Amino acid sequence: MIDAQATRTFTDPRIEMAHGAGGKASRRLVEGLFAPLFGDPLPLALTDAAPLEIDGIRLALTADGFVVRPLRFPGGSIGELAVNGTVNDLAVSGARPLALLATFVIEAGTASQVVEDEARAMAAAAARAGVRVVGGDTKVVEHGKADGLYITTAGVGRVDARVRVDAASVRPGDRVLLSGPIGDHGVTVMLARGAIELEAAICSDTRSVWPLVEALVDAAAPGLRWMRDPTRGGVATALNELAREARVGIAIHEELIPVRDPVRGACELLGLDPLHIANEGQFLAVVAPDMADAALDAVRRAPGGEAAALVGDVREDSRGMVLAVAAYGTSRVVDMLVGDPLPRIC
Amino acid sequence: MKYVDEFRDPRLIAQAADEIRRLVDPGRRYRIMEVCGGHTHAIYRFALEDLLPRNVELIHGPGCPVCVLPMGRVDDGLSLTGDPSVIFTTFGDVMRVPGRHGSPLERQAGGADVRMVYSPLDALRLARQNPDRHVVFFAIGFETTAPSTAVTLRAARQVDIPNFSIFCNHVMIVPAIRAILDSPDMRLDAFIGPGHVSTVIGCRPYGFVAREYGKPIVVSGFEPLDLLQSIVMILRQLREGRAEVENQYARVVPWDGNGPALRALAETFDLRPFFEWRGLGFISQSALQVNEAHARWDAERRFPVPGIRVTDPKAAQCGEVLKGVLKPEQCKLFGKECTPERPVGALMVSSEGACAAHYNYGRRRTAVA
Repeated sequence: MIDAQATRTFTDPRIEMAHGAGGKASRRLVEGLFAPLFGDPLPLALTDAAPLEIDGIRLALTADGFVVRPLRFPGGSIGELAVNGTVNDLAVSGARPLALLATFVIEAGTASQVVEDEARAMAAAAARAGVRVVGGDTKVVEHGKADGLYITTAGVGRVDARVRVDAASVRPGDRVLLSGPIGDHGVTVMLARGAIELEAAICSDTRSVWPLVEALVDAAAPGLRWMRDPTRGGVATALNELAREARVGIAIHEELIPVRDPVRGACELLGLDPLHIANEGQFLAVVAPDMADAALDAVRRAPGGEAAALVGDVREDSRGMVLAVAAYGTSRVVDMLVGDPLPRIC
Repeated sequence: MKYVDEFRDPRLIAQAADEIRRLVDPGRRYRIMEVCGGHTHAIYRFALEDLLPRNVELIHGPGCPVCVLPMGRVDDGLSLTGDPSVIFTTFGDVMRVPGRHGSPLERQAGGADVRMVYSPLDALRLARQNPDRHVVFFAIGFETTAPSTAVTLRAARQVDIPNFSIFCNHVMIVPAIRAILDSPDMRLDAFIGPGHVSTVIGCRPYGFVAREYGKPIVVSGFEPLDLLQSIVMILRQLREGRAEVENQYARVVPWDGNGPALRALAETFDLRPFFEWRGLGFISQSALQVNEAHARWDAERRFPVPGIRVTDPKAAQCGEVLKGVLKPEQCKLFGKECTPERPVGALMVSSEGACAAHYNYGRRRTAVA
């Protein structure tokens, strides 16, 4: 038993929106309050799945809550996110997703059709991802309390025997692989909220990344060091967490990072950095230098991995930091996001 | 992407950097202030200081409207949310700006009806959609955004929308530049003139910088090549002993400004006799207020506003950083008590503030140095 009072470092007086935005405040809450109270092995399981070993079988276990407004947006919906989000947390732990549990918190007065639509979206996404929804729970709360519908999914997967992913194994010289274009999901949802009158031909990237991860594992498992799906907080936050955990520097080359033109345009217009925008169908991997080309080749040959790229490398210097190097040779610090990205106008 | 990639071309950027090195006299120091917060952000975002010789220093000026807004104004604005009929609207830039009792975002999480809008016209539409509520738009910005507030006021009056008002914090850049030039510890050689503001006011209002103070000023765009070219133009002026207003951003900025926008401002706003700027203090005739003809849509006339004044902690050296006397990292609070997540001083509040930009993008240089 650990002495929770002695180790609790979270002193914020109230929970604010920023504590749920996946950036620094979220980290403070989890590391400063939950981790000390629950103890090992939670402390490192900020966003990825927790490893469990039962009778020699390595499993990965994860849970994720989904609150999104609007419930449906171009390219996806809350139900699809609820399946793919949990599937991806398992996938980036090197685990083949096996089964999900789903809990629905529904606001009284919500049209049954909305719930049916989301259940159908979940069933279809689960079928595509090769997992089954095997159980769950349903609660209804008073009108005005749950923004229509919240969904929580928990998932279990079996870790591929060839995979050993751990931030501590990341070494200077390793390469950073990104599975495809970033920012699609976050910008799509921001525009779908309708507060900003911009139209762009983009849709959410929500999908299971397991087929891409499996291709990567098949081709380069011995050189695979670390994986993460850059959801809330984006690529910047995921890589900053790695830089801190592994005590390395990470340099990314801005011109190598795939970003679709409409996403770039929206970000330029709204003063946002694509590196901070959420993704729901991409992953980052760190691969040993001698296997990087094989890894890239394998991901690119898998359907949906055509735009994958090696976007950076791990360095000895600037430990704990992520640097973005521009094509013209300058470099800047890329920090974690504080709160949600907000458009800059004035 | 058109109009972006051309201005980030590595080959042209290298050429411009070479030209800057060629023009610089190694025996002297060059202190150039970029007035506009958008420029400050771009300079850090593109790490342009890496390309400049050590004796060319960029000083980050007061042109970040969020940064120079006194905390008391945020409190005054948010005090209106005490009335449950009020919907408080503002730009995304303001949502995270701390008042004494939290930022608009925190008030929203606490249950206040605070909404982010992209344009004041969206706030006006919200008022038409909610006739039983009163929509306040907390207006902020330099001459860049003031015209959109002006046309909203004009529309509110034309259509006669009773349940809408503006809480006006619009400020003007020229009085701020003059205040900096008049400051006794001023040590600047030249200015990079604001880009977006100049699309509205044009280049003529900067004439006094060259005429009365003998300093070059070059109105600049926001891409790496724009800023480097502006520095080249400034260095040429200094080398040739000229002090003129020049327009690097001619593809967007008309020399005489935007007539219809200026007329909309004149039709809806008056000058305030004085206004407080965070970090700089009171500057006379530096801000706008809703004029008499539009008094019905002025939140400060319609609601009792407490007129809160909050002084920044003494230890925060924002004023010195704004005037170029100190670099952001030389402030005693920088990165310790004062961070973008918990800003103490003005310049840490918005990503366009010199300190936040330095904290977010530039710390490596400090760490290495």
